[in-house]
Amino acid sequence: MNAAPGQLPRGAIRIEDAVKVYDPDGAAILAVDHCTLNIPAGEICMIVGPSGCGKTTLLNAIAGFHSLSSGAIYLDDQLLCGPGKPQADPGPERIVVFQNGALFPWKTNLENVAFGPIMQGSLSRVEAHDKARAMMADAGLEGVEHNYPGEISSGMRRRVEIVRALMNDPKVLLLDEPYRALDSLTKSVMHEALLEIYYKTKVTIFFITHDLEEAIFLGHRVVIMTSRPCKPKKLLEVDIPHPRNYSVLTTKRFRELMDETLEAVHEEALKAFSLGEKEG
Amino acid sequence: MIRTARNHLSDLKKQLFGQSTARALFSIIVFVLIWELGSKSKDWFGFVTPWLGHVPAPTDVIKVWIGLLTDSSYWQSWVMSFLRVLAGFVTAMVLGIPFGLAIAVSRISYGIIFPSFEVLRPIPPLAWVPAAIIFWPTQELSIIFVTFLGAFYTIVINVLGGARAIDLRYFQVAESMGASKWDVFRRIILPGTLPSIMVGAAVGMGLTWEVVVAAEMISGGGGAVGSSGGGLGFFIWNSYVGGSYEQIIVGMISIGIAGFISSAGLRKLGELCTPWLRKR
Repeated sequence: MNAAPGQLPRGAIRIEDAVKVYDPDGAAILAVDHCTLNIPAGEICMIVGPSGCGKTTLLNAIAGFHSLSSGAIYLDDQLLCGPGKPQADPGPERIVVFQNGALFPWKTNLENVAFGPIMQGSLSRVEAHDKARAMMADAGLEGVEHNYPGEISSGMRRRVEIVRALMNDPKVLLLDEPYRALDSLTKSVMHEALLEIYYKTKVTIFFITHDLEEAIFLGHRVVIMTSRPCKPKKLLEVDIPHPRNYSVLTTKRFRELMDETLEAVHEEALKAFSLGEKEG
Repeated sequence: MIRTARNHLSDLKKQLFGQSTARALFSIIVFVLIWELGSKSKDWFGFVTPWLGHVPAPTDVIKVWIGLLTDSSYWQSWVMSFLRVLAGFVTAMVLGIPFGLAIAVSRISYGIIFPSFEVLRPIPPLAWVPAAIIFWPTQELSIIFVTFLGAFYTIVINVLGGARAIDLRYFQVAESMGASKWDVFRRIILPGTLPSIMVGAAVGMGLTWEVVVAAEMISGGGGAVGSSGGGLGFFIWNSYVGGSYEQIIVGMISIGIAGFISSAGLRKLGELCTPWLRKR
């Protein structure tokens, strides 16, 4: 079902002049300010920005959880939301993997993974379970199928959640700081696992983080956002060839890219700090 | 299988002969001993211990109790109270769970129904006894109604709170993966609320026992004449009127045991219904 290696990548996202104004109690807060961003199909696009800058607002607009105030978002040249349709319909071609994980605690890992296709009616229960079992085995998740998410490590949970997302055969994976709560050792394992999945599926990845190292290690491109209101401040092409593994971190080019971006990120972080933004 | 059975056995052994068991036994033995000495102080030491001196001694209570074990009317009291608790509790669950869910999922029904509910809720169930006797055709129904009220409010409030506390992200995941409204209700709201339902049920069960005993006392034991149909509450009241103080204590302890059995059964049921919350 998933894009086989060599298959044409799909899932290009075009964000055009997106604006989001929150209006709690009449106090208009500009969260996203005329943001334009083109993500080609099959790209890993890393969004880096200070806490509370409005990155998640953008992700929610793509996913269809929130509306845009103006501007438009396209997926493969089809309008998701835009003039006359402020909020996109959530759909299985755009699946979010949340910050602290959102596996259903009352379903076993296998049931969680099999959830999407059963809901969409694309597979029968038995077929979905078979496919889920195969995909979990593929992702090194053998043996935890019948455990509940609460019974496995947080790193495992995150992996289960990504497999659950992939079961829907999405065009875009929307990851909202999925590895934030993990320790750095687990994180490194998760990164390589994610890349492995990416090389198999070539799914477009929209990945929010504020870990610059993570961003440069994973991404084809790193978009550094300004503190609120959020818009792209700097685009960094990461010219380290894929496939990558952790030895990349020690290369000279990696350090150079880090140095090149660190200042821009730090500047925005300071701004956000002085604005007193809450974490999260 | 054998291994786990063996583990269970050794766990059981630890529970039975562990330190905490020793402490519990010690506590109970000392308590009964002080009670016995206090009650018998006039015969044994020549003075009446304040308060305790007028309470029947445990040995006398046990003697009376043993006599009652072959008395069918004593057991009939158990059965009556259990039936009333069961009727009131089950009705409260059957009506309270859908009611709580309905006002949790629909803002309109919440707005229309909840205010009246909140006006009625602070009225203690026992304040309903006279009105219930007037409203309902039989005494039996009056007692069951009051018992039902005892559990109903608690269950509704817990269901409402539980359903509202479900993580928004679960809904977003379900919606993205194509779940219908009915799927969301059945697969997210229902299991998500189940732990709270179980908490509400446990508290509600405790309240039904409190209420049923008082209602039986006040209403004179319901429709059935004499002590046999009156339930444990009336059993105590009747013993008081008849001057058998030992029987009062027997009745009190019986209610304690009955409440304990119901709670333990409910806890077991709760564990079966929420396997993902099992201790790990």
